[in-house]
Amino acid sequence: MPGFYDTDLPGPLMLGTAQYPSPAILQAAFEASGASVATVSLRREGAGGAGQSFWSLVRELGVRVLPNTAGCHTVKEAVTTAHMAREVFDTAWIKLEVIGHNDSLQPDVFALVEAARILSEDGFMVFPYTTEDLIVGERLLAAGCQVLMPWGAPIGSGRGLANPYALRAMRAEFADVPLVIDAGIGLPSHAAHAMELGYDAVLLNTAVARAGDPVAMARAMGQAVIAGHAAYAAGAIEPRDMAEPSTPVIGKAFLR
Amino acid sequence: MTIILNGAPCDVAARDLSALLTERGFTGRVATAVNEVFIPAAARAEHVLSDGDRVEVLAPMQGG
Repeated sequence: MPGFYDTDLPGPLMLGTAQYPSPAILQAAFEASGASVATVSLRREGAGGAGQSFWSLVRELGVRVLPNTAGCHTVKEAVTTAHMAREVFDTAWIKLEVIGHNDSLQPDVFALVEAARILSEDGFMVFPYTTEDLIVGERLLAAGCQVLMPWGAPIGSGRGLANPYALRAMRAEFADVPLVIDAGIGLPSHAAHAMELGYDAVLLNTAVARAGDPVAMARAMGQAVIAGHAAYAAGAIEPRDMAEPSTPVIGKAFLR
Repeated sequence: MTIILNGAPCDVAARDLSALLTERGFTGRVATAVNEVFIPAAARAEHVLSDGDRVEVLAPMQGG
């Protein structure tokens, strides 16, 4: 299973913690999914200390925590948020998001590279939420990232892999770099598709949390990433334009 | 002294950031920023607050 910075993860699914109907369903979904990473965020603490009970719940999940900089639009905002997350969650891991477009939540890749450089130099282990652009990927690696997380489709859209051609090219270009499809997954088949392309992990949230039965969907996603990874490892056949009989032709009886 | 705490105006007696957290009942894991600059936990007691400071107190929250 994939290695990310200092850690070999036991499985290829990373699951978000937002939008579940209840804390109990969140907990059950994690158990059913087999996810090895939970993404979390930082927000203003309320009067009742809601953040502390959530933190207790996350610790009980027994998975690695990956804090994000969701909602940040500038380098400074993302870097400050990352520092605050490192202290609260006691981890150098950071899912770096610098949003550039409000409707598509497309990353501002220029600000992303700059923030990644600053944070890497400061000892962070940066998981950059990026696009499938190869040159941006190169710049992120040069900035110190040892993982790339291209989007499958816009966050929360559930559209699956919008550009599988480019994602396949990215896998080929960065053969030795851990790659994670982050965002856009709607169905287990989408998650399996990502893994069949040779990606090392899939990060998703909405597809599970907003499903009619989040726990059942979490289980299905967990099965899909395992199946997709096994298929990639097994080596798929090349598609053909024309049919090729699978049953032997030789020895067929002459019957009219 | 009036500060802006998590976006809301707030009259406080505390003179430093650590005392502010105690005064306002923040316990457990929180991270702090004053005027958009991160203040590590170890530096809170030495960080003197001024009238009009914008203080952010953040805690773990659900995220994707």
